[in-house]
Amino acid sequence: MSVDIDQVTDNTKPAPPARTTGRVPSGAGKKVKWALIDILVVAYALIPVLWILSLSFKTADGLNDKSFFPKEWTWKNYQDIFKTNEFVSALVNSIGIALISTIIAVVLGTMAAYAVARLDFPGKKALVGVSLLIAMFPQVSLVSPLFNIERNIGLFDTWPGLILPYITFALPLAIYTLSAFFREIPWELEKAAKMDGATPAQAFRKVIAPLAAPGVFTTAILVFIFCWNDFLFAISLTSTTSSRTVPAALSFFTGASQFEAPNGTISAAAVIITIPIILFVLFFQRRIVAGLTSGAVKG
Amino acid sequence: MSESTQVTAATTPEPAPAKKGKVPLSEGKRAERRLGLWLIAPAAIVMIAVTGYPILYSIWLSLERYDLHFPDQQKFIGLANYGAVLSNGYWWTAYGVTMFITIVSVIIELVLGMVLALIMHRTLVGRGLVRTVTLIPYGIVTVVAAFSWYFAWNTDSGYLVGSESAPLTSTWPSIFIIILAEVWKTTPFMALLLMAGLALVPEDLLKAASMDGANAWQRFTKVMVPVMKPAILVALLFRTLDAFRIFDNIYVLTTGQNDTSSVSMQTYNNLLKGLNLGIGSTMAVLIFISVAIIAFIFIKVFGTSAPGSDDGGKR
Repeated sequence: MSVDIDQVTDNTKPAPPARTTGRVPSGAGKKVKWALIDILVVAYALIPVLWILSLSFKTADGLNDKSFFPKEWTWKNYQDIFKTNEFVSALVNSIGIALISTIIAVVLGTMAAYAVARLDFPGKKALVGVSLLIAMFPQVSLVSPLFNIERNIGLFDTWPGLILPYITFALPLAIYTLSAFFREIPWELEKAAKMDGATPAQAFRKVIAPLAAPGVFTTAILVFIFCWNDFLFAISLTSTTSSRTVPAALSFFTGASQFEAPNGTISAAAVIITIPIILFVLFFQRRIVAGLTSGAVKG
Repeated sequence: MSESTQVTAATTPEPAPAKKGKVPLSEGKRAERRLGLWLIAPAAIVMIAVTGYPILYSIWLSLERYDLHFPDQQKFIGLANYGAVLSNGYWWTAYGVTMFITIVSVIIELVLGMVLALIMHRTLVGRGLVRTVTLIPYGIVTVVAAFSWYFAWNTDSGYLVGSESAPLTSTWPSIFIIILAEVWKTTPFMALLLMAGLALVPEDLLKAASMDGANAWQRFTKVMVPVMKPAILVALLFRTLDAFRIFDNIYVLTTGQNDTSSVSMQTYNNLLKGLNLGIGSTMAVLIFISVAIIAFIFIKVFGTSAPGSDDGGKR
C-alpha cells in the first residue's frame, strides 16, 4: 500500500514542470480535490443504505412524509419484527443455511484448490472448465428441474434443499479464489521444515496452515456473502417459514397488523440483515478486495 | 535455506520424464494423481450432481406437456413447448427487456467502474475509506438495495418523486430505475476487477508516455487500456452473464408488471405461479442456450484472454 502512494507522489511531482498548463495544484489543493471526490464516492455508496436505515426508524405516521431523515425516531419497527415468528425463523434459517453452506463449500473447495494449485493429475483442466461453466450458469435454468426433483425426493422447503444449490454455485468461487491464494504460498518452506526435523503434521500445522489461513478465511467471507444474498433459489425452493431465508421472507411481510403497510418492518428487517455485511466490509476490507480480484485477474 | 534449495534441485528432475508421458509412471507420480483425483472428487461430484443431471432433466421436461394443475395430462409432445414459447409475445418482450437492461447497464457500469477504479487507485486521501465504502453496494443483499430504491421511487414514501408522478407504474421509467438499481449495486465489483488491472500498469510506462507529451486521455487509451485489456474482458464477461440473469431487482421493483419482466422473471412466473413445468423448463433451456451463446461470442471475439485461461486451457 505504501509503495503505491510513493509511486503516485513520485509520478506526480515531476509532471507539472513538464506540462505548461500553468495551473500547478499545490499539495493541499490536490488533497482537497481528492477529498471532494472521495465524498462523492462515499455518498454514492451510502445514500441507499442510509435511506433504508432512516425508514426503519420512522414512526408509522412519518413513513410517508417523504423526508430523507425521520422527524420522529422510534425503535418500534425493530421491536415489531422480533415479535413475529416470520422474521425470527427466517433469520435463523438465513444464518444456519449460509453458515453450513459456507463451511461445506470451503472445505470441499480447499481440497480441490489444493489439488489444482499443487498437484499434477488428469482431469485438472476439466475441473477448472466445469467450475467456470457453473460460474456462468444461469441459475434460473436450474430452478425448474430442481423444483421438481426436490419435490419428488422430499428436499423441497428444507435446509438441505437450499444448501445443495448454494454449495454448487459457491464452489467455483471458492476453487478460483483459493487456488489463486495457494499458488502464492512458498511451499518450499514445508520441505525446509521437514528437513529441520518437523513431522508432516507439524510442518502443516506450524508452517502451511498459518500461511493458508488468510486465503481460506477470505474465501469463507465471499462465499458467505454469496449465500446470504441469494434470492432466486430462496424464493423458488421454499414455501414456509421452515426454510425461508430473510431475503425471500421480506417480500412476504405484511406489517405488524394486517392493516399497516409493511414498509417500516421491511426496512428494519433489511437493516438487520445488512449488519453482518457492513461488519465484514469494515473489518476485512483489504482481504475482500484481494479475494475478489485474485481469482479473476491472472492475465 | 540452502537445504531447501538442495531439496528442490533434487526433486525437479523427477517430474520431467514423467511429463513426457507414455513411459510408466513412477510410484510417486501415480500417488500424486490418485491424491489429486481424491481431493477434487467431492467438489466435482456435487457440482455435476446439482447442475448436470438437472439440466438434462430440464431438457426432458421441456419436451413434455406437464402442468401441475393437470398432472394426469403429462405427455411427451416433442418441440411443441418451444413453438409455444417462441411464438409468444410476452416471451419476446421479456427477452428484449433483458437484453436492453443487460447492454445499457453493462456499458454504464464499465464507464463508471473505470472512473471508480481510477479514483480508488489514485486518490491521495482516504484510500482505505473509499475502498471500504465501495464494498458496501457489492456486499449488500440485492433485495435490500432493491427495497431501498423501491421506497425511494414509490409515490407514497419516496424522497425522489413528487406525489403526482408514479414512475414505477409505467414501462420506461421502471426500466431505467431497474437499471439504476443494477448499476448502483454492481459497479463497485466492476471497479474492483478493473482496479486489479490498473495495478498491472507499470508506472514507468506512464511516466515515459507523459515525458513524450501524451496527455491524460492519451495515456489512458494508449497505455492503460491495452495493459488492462484482460481485466476489462473478464469484468465484461462476468457482468454481462450476470446481468442477463437479472431477477431480484425486477421482482422487488415492479414484479415484472407493465412489460418489465426479464426472462428469469418469466420462467419463475410460469413455474411457480403457473405451475407449468413444461413451459418453465423450456424457458430455462432457452436461457441456458442464450447464455452459452453470449459466452461463446465473448470467448471467440476476445480469444484466449478469457477468464480461467491462466492455466485452465485454451477454450
